[in-house]
Amino acid sequence: MLKLLKRLWVIMKSPSTASMGFILVIGFLGGIIFWGGFNTGMEATNTEAFCSGCHAPIVKEIRETIHYSNRSGVRAICSDCHVPHNWTDKIVRKVQASKELVAFAMGTISTEEKFKERRAHLANREWQRMKENNSQECRNCHQFEYMDFSEQGKRSVSQHSTALASGEKTCVDCHKGIAHQLPNMEGIEGW
Amino acid sequence: MKKLLTVIITTGMMIFTVSPVWSEDSDLFSNAGGIESLRGQVEVSTVNSAEILKREPKDQQLIDRNYVQQPPLIPHTIRGYQVNLNANKCLSCHSFKNAGDMGATKISVTHFITREGTTLSDVSPRRYFCLQCHVTQADAKPLVENTFTPVDSLR
Repeated sequence: MLKLLKRLWVIMKSPSTASMGFILVIGFLGGIIFWGGFNTGMEATNTEAFCSGCHAPIVKEIRETIHYSNRSGVRAICSDCHVPHNWTDKIVRKVQASKELVAFAMGTISTEEKFKERRAHLANREWQRMKENNSQECRNCHQFEYMDFSEQGKRSVSQHSTALASGEKTCVDCHKGIAHQLPNMEGIEGW
Repeated sequence: MKKLLTVIITTGMMIFTVSPVWSEDSDLFSNAGGIESLRGQVEVSTVNSAEILKREPKDQQLIDRNYVQQPPLIPHTIRGYQVNLNANKCLSCHSFKNAGDMGATKISVTHFITREGTTLSDVSPRRYFCLQCHVTQADAKPLVENTFTPVDSLR
């Protein structure tokens, strides 16, 4: 075994007889294929079909909300709100999500009943995450700087021009359950 | 003999095809006793074209009551507001706890009274589902003329 490793080390260390150009081309093409494949793989885990593999009841719930059906036909899918768009943050979240594979194997939310029982836990964790990153995933589309208060309802203006403008509150502090059914809201601030 | 038979059959056919001289509409109208429904004078099997969908205005002035016991109307849109076992979106503004901060109308204490007459410290279960009584208004014309006048105290 050690012998084999040693031989591999020698092969890796000694210069190859292939031309520099050949090695560069191979490395370059290999890089493209690897990076493309990696990205495609990661994109595949961002699709609705993938999410609904475990979170099926939730995917059903979004249909009556404004993030699914609305006047202009723009819609958000799971990953738009639940996966950061920024590359480094995305990788961090994806690595964290590997923990969810264990839950999948254990069948933590494998039935609708189990899911309902765990909904409050899941929701609270997600609210906490969004509070910590200042509702970054909301702001990827809904940017405060470009809000036109003259186009908003008066209830929206009174909240957005004060608490949101001062940074005292972030989107998710008020906008809970905008794409899902809510868990039991007893004891949640503002409810 | 053959000729006579042809004559009888053709006259018979002519009477049969010409006979419905009255139009279908007038028949329906007379059958209905001269009353026209909101649907118009059409056969039951006829599908009317649908009305254009009405929109709820986003924000309205408070809507006055028309009679004293009327549950106040909701003057804003409530799309996606969840009122169920887990959450009550209405109460997140209109409850005693939140109304002050949100600048909303408080629900009245009558909502705390159970059907046995006991006053609870919070909303009574029978008054929990706001939309059973309080409703939004669409921007629509009345279908029929209405001459209702509120009582003096509301005028």
